[in-house]
Amino acid sequence: MAGTMRGRVAIVGVGETEYYKRGQAPDAEFKLALQAIVKACADAGVDPKTIDGFASYSNDRSDPSHLAAALGCRELRFANMQWGGGGGGGSGAVANAAAAIHAGLAETVVVFRALAQGQFGRFGQGPQRNTISGDMAHTVPYGLMSPAQMFAMKVVRFMHDYGVEQSALRAISLACYEHAQHNPRAVMHGRPLDEATYEASRWIVEPFHLFDCCMENDGAAAMVLMSAERAKDFAQQPAYVLAAVAGSHYRAGASVHNTPDYATSTFKTLAPRLYEMAGVEPGDIDVLQSYENFTGGVLMSLVEHGFCEPEACNDFFVKERFLAPSGELPLNTSGGNLAECYMHGLGLNIEAVRQIRGASTRQVTDVDLSMVISGPMVTPVSSCILGSEATV
Amino acid sequence: MSKPYLNAGLAHPVANELDAPYWQGLSEEVLRIQQCVHCAGWQWGPEWVCHHCLSDEVTFVEVAPEGVIYSYERVWHPVHPALADQGPYLVVLVSLPQAGNVRLVGNLLGDPMQEVRIGARVKGVFEHHLDGQPAFSLLQWCIHSD
Repeated sequence: MAGTMRGRVAIVGVGETEYYKRGQAPDAEFKLALQAIVKACADAGVDPKTIDGFASYSNDRSDPSHLAAALGCRELRFANMQWGGGGGGGSGAVANAAAAIHAGLAETVVVFRALAQGQFGRFGQGPQRNTISGDMAHTVPYGLMSPAQMFAMKVVRFMHDYGVEQSALRAISLACYEHAQHNPRAVMHGRPLDEATYEASRWIVEPFHLFDCCMENDGAAAMVLMSAERAKDFAQQPAYVLAAVAGSHYRAGASVHNTPDYATSTFKTLAPRLYEMAGVEPGDIDVLQSYENFTGGVLMSLVEHGFCEPEACNDFFVKERFLAPSGELPLNTSGGNLAECYMHGLGLNIEAVRQIRGASTRQVTDVDLSMVISGPMVTPVSSCILGSEATV
Repeated sequence: MSKPYLNAGLAHPVANELDAPYWQGLSEEVLRIQQCVHCAGWQWGPEWVCHHCLSDEVTFVEVAPEGVIYSYERVWHPVHPALADQGPYLVVLVSLPQAGNVRLVGNLLGDPMQEVRIGARVKGVFEHHLDGQPAFSLLQWCIHSD
């Protein structure tokens, strides 16, 4: 592919704050962002003052100019926000940062996300005001107002179209929780989940039980990216960006649930571009992190990324397939948004880097291709494939 | 007037420049959907231009309040204090074959535990909230009896 950025940029450092239950971070959101960025730089052996770009998503409140000033960065050359809410921009921010480096706009770019919901309020609550106008006036008065309610409508239709059973969703949740039991960073470490507990848990909105829904957490996560040439001189084994794409299908953003192709994770047009850029196929992927806002989003994401035919979901979505290290498709090996931490999915990108380095708490053997799917069912969404030294 | 489907206390809809004819229509028990004057294409939610031909001559046209259940969900967890004592309720996504299969969100009236069938025909029921600040009307749905 002419002009491709395949393998031209690498993730050289990752950093996370401690992960807290929502509202329980002892520090301000901006301070959490700084802590994660400094940790990522320390991991890489990069002087934070040499950062010259920042990329984030989902309207992160930590402004790049303020970050650069607080860190004493010598020069700011790239300040980027991937539009769109939810976690759809996680790998999109990686794409933007990599593109900027590849194009020579900046040399050392940080991708970050920080959340302190005690300071700024929750996602999972409906708007509490007296009046509402615009698109939400057509949904909120009918009691459709939270992310779970917005997305269950898509998942119900998908499950109806393909005869998917609840057990498929359950398998995703159980795999995430099982991986979290090996991960001391995970908020749900020490809180194992079994089939009976899942089935007995309350409905949030059918088909989502409590354990089909992500947590809401406080914390921050950051990654440092630079060119592949420079990456070799730093401390860690580079995770090369083989492909990163963001976007959505025709009129995905049509309002009031009117996108023509409705029962989708929004990846049908993107996934072929992802594999084309990386030059690999679904069967080549060694380990996968797939954003769980809700398990139904993971289900459709895996189908649309070509891991499984939609008609075959009931056979494909079994826990054992998703368990590291032995399963055929290890999934969300840190515990993911369900059981490690909900840092709007950037924790999944960091886990994908760990798998390349061989440093996961649930490490898969000989990982060369490590994939991330970010923020299904919103628009734009994004995904990326990271590769080891052997892939470039 | 019968009791509204959901408990009182959710945000009241207020018309804006784009959707005012729709809300006015519901108060008159008429369903109006946006249609392009130039190419006759339908669209919902309302937009400033027609997404088919990009004409800005878009208008609101009366259509029969009848549709088909495209998807649905039974909500259990109250995410708003007004719904704390509501119990489960049904939200439906209804497509309108007579208006280019545009979709509307509403509630399915009746037993919240009823079995819901995707593809079932439904007809509209206008739900007036004359005590609203400001007064408003919603469009709810019930299973078509014939």
